[in-house]
Amino acid sequence: MAGEPSINTFGQFELHPLLGSIGKALCFSQAPLYMMISVGVVLAFLYYGIKPAAIVPGRFQASVEMSYEFIHDMTMDAIGSDGIAYFPFIFALFFFILAGNYIGLLPYQYTFTSHIAITFALAVATFTLAIVVSIKNQGLRFFAHFMPEGVSLFLAPLLVPIEILTFLSRPVSLAIRLFANMVAGHVMFDIFGAFVVMLAGFGVVGDVCAIGPVALNVALMAFELLVGVLQAYVFAILACIYLREAVAH
Amino acid sequence: MSKNNEESFDARLSAAERRYGLVSQGQELSASNDSQKVNQSLVRIALQVGTEMFSALLVGVAIGWELDHWFGVKAVFLIIFSFLGGAAGVLSVWRLVRSTETS
Repeated sequence: MAGEPSINTFGQFELHPLLGSIGKALCFSQAPLYMMISVGVVLAFLYYGIKPAAIVPGRFQASVEMSYEFIHDMTMDAIGSDGIAYFPFIFALFFFILAGNYIGLLPYQYTFTSHIAITFALAVATFTLAIVVSIKNQGLRFFAHFMPEGVSLFLAPLLVPIEILTFLSRPVSLAIRLFANMVAGHVMFDIFGAFVVMLAGFGVVGDVCAIGPVALNVALMAFELLVGVLQAYVFAILACIYLREAVAH
Repeated sequence: MSKNNEESFDARLSAAERRYGLVSQGQELSASNDSQKVNQSLVRIALQVGTEMFSALLVGVAIGWELDHWFGVKAVFLIIFSFLGGAAGVLSVWRLVRSTETS
């Protein structure tokens, strides 16, 4: 975070090899480490939450059951009765992104969802799954979607490439949305944090003025908590919408 | 929790609310929630429009760039696909707005 006299807002996203020479040889940076931590946190949350297996659940167990039901209902509403097959995928996707977003909000932690390589990999995985399911369900008719109905053949050379580009832009927009939101939030944290440090150099007046950026950062944290869950939700619901189109006959 | 239990719980809850005169308050709450929801979805659409246009253009430019490299022509495909990408962006925004209007 900001400690230097100059503001280096993008320094927080830099990847460094961890674990000394072994990490260097394996190219093991913060990103895979935090992904493993996220998976561990989600698994621990589910395992220890459901362990009591009480008929009347306590708060912890109820939160696990509610998160299960939330994703289950969302998947079934969005995809339909075939949605149950994709529920584990959507559940894993949502909680992986959510854990990544929220762990990144803790001080001195790293946000892996702020790297487009990772969000794009998630988006491409979703997109590939949707294409495979489409081709499996619809066969070659899948390619007929690129020709809009009721359009004259003269316009086809223009409309088909546009339709294909619209289709191909899906994973890109999915990846950019999550990545841009996360980067923007963390850059703003850093800028306001750096303001506080800079104002501290101006004596009492600076101390009083520094209340502003601190208050803004507190408000920003509340906003980022909302954005974190909202972006995970948007990613999951869009994955559901793409899968709904794929399972439709 | 099964559906039946949920329904009977909701029924008992609304009966209790009526008994203690909390219904009007509840209705006000749900009305304000609805307007909040509309505002939130508008903000989300506004943010989504930018992403959709940008990503379609990006895909168009990337494909054009790559085709130029393959065929060894300078910028012909880049120009064509930039326009197609822009058109694809407008198309996806059009679909987004239309789908929200109908729903």
